[in-house]
Order: sequence, then structure tokens, then C-alpha cells
Amino acid sequence: MSLRTIRLALWGLVIVAAGAIAAQQWVGREKTTETFRPDFALQDGNGQTYTMADFRGKFSLVFFGFTNCPDVCPTTMSEVAQVMDDLGEKADRVQPLFISIDPERDRRQGLTEYVAAFHPAILGLAGNDAATKDAADSFKVHFAREKDSSAPNGYTMSHSPGLFLIGPDGEWLRQFTYETPAAEIRAEIEERI
Amino acid sequence: MTMKGFALALGCAMLLPAIASADCVGVTAGDLTISKAWSRVTIGTQRPAVFYVEIRNAGKTDDRLIGIETPIAGMPMLHQTVIQDGVAAMPHAEAVDVPAGKTISLEPGGYHGMLMELTTALSEGQTFPITLTFEKAGAVEIDTLVLPMRAQEAQCDGAS
Ligand SMILES: [Cu+2]
Repeated sequence: MSLRTIRLALWGLVIVAAGAIAAQQWVGREKTTETFRPDFALQDGNGQTYTMADFRGKFSLVFFGFTNCPDVCPTTMSEVAQVMDDLGEKADRVQPLFISIDPERDRRQGLTEYVAAFHPAILGLAGNDAATKDAADSFKVHFAREKDSSAPNGYTMSHSPGLFLIGPDGEWLRQFTYETPAAEIRAEIEERI
Repeated sequence: MTMKGFALALGCAMLLPAIASADCVGVTAGDLTISKAWSRVTIGTQRPAVFYVEIRNAGKTDDRLIGIETPIAGMPMLHQTVIQDGVAAMPHAEAVDVPAGKTISLEPGGYHGMLMELTTALSEGQTFPITLTFEKAGAVEIDTLVLPMRAQEAQCDGAS
């Protein structure tokens, strides 16, 4: 066997290996987008624990926020409330969820009445710190508590302001960025129902 | 109805429209016109309330909003909502520029007055005064109308 043949054979192996890796990554990618099912285990105001499994059969609109947020959070919650109003009879196919990233303070100040002030269908959930972190990680949501003397109680939260649409089997469908008009969100949901 | 009663009723009737559109009526200070001051209902006093307003500078010199004050909040402050790399935060804003010939707004998703340490809960339809302090134009007071929780903008029905 000549040196040239060996060299060619080695190059062949390299190409085959690279191809195999690429194929594997492609398949892996397809798989994660198809089966991405974010989840959580968090409590409502009565202490009842919910996971995404409790909302099977419905579309879920999930928002992470905190109630000491007077600007971004009310804007999104108002849009969600508008979507629910405009859906009419189809509204019972949709469960809006507000997940607190500031659970201790939100529970103390009353999360249930806060979300109800926007729309009675919205369910407010707040767990402990570990469960909150798990929920955010699962949805790939960033949040952080920041010391801030210009905020109530000396701290504020930074967070991803997106709204997530989850399908009836718990599958991730899409994200709506901050300030997506209610009509656009409703149209997307109606199309999928 | 007595004459006095009639006068009182008439007085009230004339006062009502003024109250209902308090947020839309502009107040002026030099070249500045401040209008459409509104806020949202609060549940109790523990959480901060918000303050939005429109400021028009018809003059030839730039000005800056450098502070807000109100009897209904112990700690009122200017904040700016900033969304960067998909993360929203609302840092303290030292001032809000009001350039010559421009109209700027404190509005959802941008600048807002953050009214902390509320002394009273805000209910729909109520008004409260806010004093805005400008670097050049000085202090101006405006009545702020409390709108429903789901309000997204001043409700002026075309009036301004
Ligand atoms: Cu703020």
C-alpha cells in the first residue's frame, strides 16, 4: 500500500466522521425543537401545586414577571387580558399563567388579586426560590435580583419580558416579544385552535 | 329646589367635565406644554404606582425634566425601561431630555415616573397632583388622572 493510498483513506475517514457528526447534530437539533416541553412545579395563592401537565389540552400563555413592576408587566398582562376577551368562546381553550420571579414579596403582597385585576382567567403562580429558578431555566428565561436604592425595598428584578405560547401537549410553540399587539397573539392562537 | 341648591347643582355640573378630562388639559411653563398625565389603579399602597405624561417644547432651547414630586408618594423617581439582549430592567433616570421643538413622552416601555411609598391607594377616576421640575422652566404642577389597571395610554377622545 502506497503512502498516497493511506493518505487518501485517512481523508476519506475524516470526511465520513465529519458527516456523521453533522448528521447527528442535525437530528439532535430537530429532536429538541420537536419535543421541547418546558415545565415547572409552582403554587397558586391557595398553596395548590401546578405543573404544565395540569394544563394539558389547553394552550398556555406563560409570562414571567413580578408585581412591583409598574411598566413592562402591566403592559403585557393587559395584552393577555385583551387576548382573552377577544377570543370569546374560544377563551376556555387558553390558560394564561403569570409566574412570579419575585415569589416571596409577591406572595406577601397578594399575587392572586394582582393578576385577577387584569383578568379573572389569569393564574398567578409563585414557588420557592429553587422552584422559581428551575421554572425559569426550563423556559430558558433569564431573571436576576439586583440591588437598587431607587427601587421599592432596595431591590429590583431584571427579567425576560417575552410571552410564551405552549401547545395542548405541553410543547413549546413560540415566543411573542414584548409589545406584540394583542390582535397578533389572538390571530396566532385562533389559527392553531 | 331652592335657588341656593340650584346654584350648587349647576356649580357641580360645570366642575365635572373639568375633572373627567384633567389628564388631557395641558399646563404650560414658558415654552413647555405638559399634558396627558395619567396613572393606573393600584391595589393598596405596597406596590409602586406609575406616572406617564407628554411634554412639548415649542421653544428654541433644550430643557430637561430633572425630578417629580407628589403628595401621594414618599419616594417618586424617574425610571427608564430598558430592554437589552432580551432582558428588561428599569434603572433610575437622572433626567429626561426635552429637546427644543420636540414632543417627548413618558409612556409604557420607555420612561416612567415610579411612585414608591404610596400614601394612598389610587382608584379609578381619581386625580392627584404631580409637580415636574425642569432644569430651565422650573416647577410645574399637573393633575394626573387614575385610569383602569388595563389602560395603555391617556384617554383623551381626541382632545388635548
Ligand atoms: Cu420603575
